[in-house]
Amino acid sequence: MSRFNKQRNILDFTLSSLLRRRTKNSALVIVYTLIVFSLASVLFFTQAIKKEACIVLQNSPEIIVQRIVAGRHDLLPADYIDTIRAIRGVQSAKGRLWGYYFEPAAGANYTLMVSEEPGVEVGRIVIGQGVSRTIHANRADIVPFRRYDGSYTSFEVSDILSSESELVSSDLVLISESDFREMMGIRGEYVTDAAVYAKNKRELFMIADKIKRILPDTRPITKDEILRTYEAIFDWRGGILLVILSGAVIAFVILAWDKASGLSSDERREIGILKGIGWETSDVIAMKFWEGAVISLSSFSLGIILAYIHVFFASSALFEPALKGWSVLYPEFRLVPHMDPLQIATLFFLTVVPYTVSTIVPSWRAATIDPDTVMRL
Amino acid sequence: MIFHPAIMALLVGSLLVTLMLLYSSYYGVQVIRKWDIKSGSELQLCLERRTYLVSIIMSYMLFFQLASFYLFIFTADAIHATFVSAMCAAGSLNVNEYGYPAVIIKMVNFLFAGTWLIINYADNRAYDYPLIKKKYLLLLVITPLMVAEFIVQGAYFIGLKANVITSCCGSLFSTDAEGIASEIAALPRLPMKIAFYLSTALTLASGMYFCLRSDWSGYVFSFLSIATFVVSVAAMISFISLYFYELPTHHCPFCILQKDYGFIGYLLYIALFGGAVSGLGTGALMPFRKIQSLSQIVPSIQRRLAFTALILYFLFTVVVTYRMIFSDFILEGY
Repeated sequence: MSRFNKQRNILDFTLSSLLRRRTKNSALVIVYTLIVFSLASVLFFTQAIKKEACIVLQNSPEIIVQRIVAGRHDLLPADYIDTIRAIRGVQSAKGRLWGYYFEPAAGANYTLMVSEEPGVEVGRIVIGQGVSRTIHANRADIVPFRRYDGSYTSFEVSDILSSESELVSSDLVLISESDFREMMGIRGEYVTDAAVYAKNKRELFMIADKIKRILPDTRPITKDEILRTYEAIFDWRGGILLVILSGAVIAFVILAWDKASGLSSDERREIGILKGIGWETSDVIAMKFWEGAVISLSSFSLGIILAYIHVFFASSALFEPALKGWSVLYPEFRLVPHMDPLQIATLFFLTVVPYTVSTIVPSWRAATIDPDTVMRL
Repeated sequence: MIFHPAIMALLVGSLLVTLMLLYSSYYGVQVIRKWDIKSGSELQLCLERRTYLVSIIMSYMLFFQLASFYLFIFTADAIHATFVSAMCAAGSLNVNEYGYPAVIIKMVNFLFAGTWLIINYADNRAYDYPLIKKKYLLLLVITPLMVAEFIVQGAYFIGLKANVITSCCGSLFSTDAEGIASEIAALPRLPMKIAFYLSTALTLASGMYFCLRSDWSGYVFSFLSIATFVVSVAAMISFISLYFYELPTHHCPFCILQKDYGFIGYLLYIALFGGAVSGLGTGALMPFRKIQSLSQIVPSIQRRLAFTALILYFLFTVVVTYRMIFSDFILEGY
């Protein structure tokens, strides 16, 4: 208990001496907080968007089969789907029809998709929130589209997709199959690609392998592979941004080193007097430890809280373009707040550890000051 | 290499700790060569001051080592989605040949750093630094190990390649990648159960004997507690984890740290590592009982350490046994 009380008293003293040098310390805390804030924003954002991508991809087909011609994605002959369906273990295989449409007036790309569920009547379309915002189209409005041969056709907006699904449906235009084929000039025996589902999820790799062998000009892509790629891309983006920010971290470490080693004559005298009245070197070291702990803990928590607000309530306005990518029809969405211990530990190693390491030698030097040399000054 | 933020954090942390240790080793060599407590020379005064610095560095290092161990396992778990057929940390660590060596070397370094701090604590309690040269020799053993850790961990992370979709086809078919073994080879269950309970019982018995008698049995206790540590880790993989996951096939010793299992892994591993460090420290202090300035101090430290180890190992065994008995899962059915 006495040891506990001793540390408590040292902490008490440290706090009051930190408060006495308010300006010097608050400058350090501000910079520290800023560093934690920037790094934490990057981490929170990448993690949250990765989560979002995972949730979105939960509903994607287990295997997507594309046809590759001369190394490029091409239309898939519809009879391939029957071949795939005949593979043992395949529960269902469906052709999908989708494509992109560039709208010159808005400068935006739409994703056109033939929807079976819910079906869309001929001559009508269902549009996403982003499309609706960009061309100011509402229910029952008529929207013109340019066909593949240069002539124009128009559709009536029958519905607008809910904003809940905006992350995936912002740029979406749902259309009927005959309208799509007519507009894009795709003949009846072709589809864009095929969505394959398996009865047993463990057989997915085997099925994908069989498709690849039976239809050598296709490329089957499993959901896992898409997830893996997203994972790698977002990690990479976060990593790159961290590398860029590492310059700031180094600058901060230099600042911390400088602050810790450049003791003012007041501080030196204080330590001299403390040692003169009986403090041991280890007590001064404990004081310095508490000083670092107080500064680190407050800046670290403050930085994390600010980053949390920045990412999840202010849609990470500062880093958005670098991390999200950009597009005219970018969906408006709010990320689901999420924070895990791995991020906190990562942040700790990127900020608190360098700070602590940079202050070890200066604080040791301060603690081993000879009392008489200081007090004589 | 994968550009994951946590990987960068680990590499930065490991680099800093290694640099700090190299820095203290430099003074360690000076202490070993020039230390003379009777001298009042400037060099001796300077070295005496440096010992404070090295103690601070080592205490921080132990803490960072613990945190980085945790971060390492969690990173391995977080990146498993990037590799074909890796299900959790156990799979990610199998991706190249440096994964498990990195884990083992981290464990060893943690035990060494803990022992160093125990010796340092005893040394600082005496008035004449009786253990100074010995503890700096130990420091010179730890430093190369830390450098090795930095290299092995770096090799592991640099050797990682994500299986992402390539332009020609899905990654699975482009690389002919063999699925990595996502499970760890586990030792047979029944012999492991016997070994686990036997070694724990022996450790507890010898520990109690040592606490009462405080004689040469400290060596036996120390040896047994390290043996129990190794056996417990093997048992964790062999059968303990199965009871926690309630799956007869999942041997991963890391998933138990996850939320799905109520973070019970933290309790188990803290008990296990704490017990091992205390047990090892008890033995490491044994030779110093005869030193005159330590003869009063060491036995009481040892008793406290042995007592701590006993409590922690006991706690570990109780939690594990409780789970084995009260779980709905009956391993013998498989």
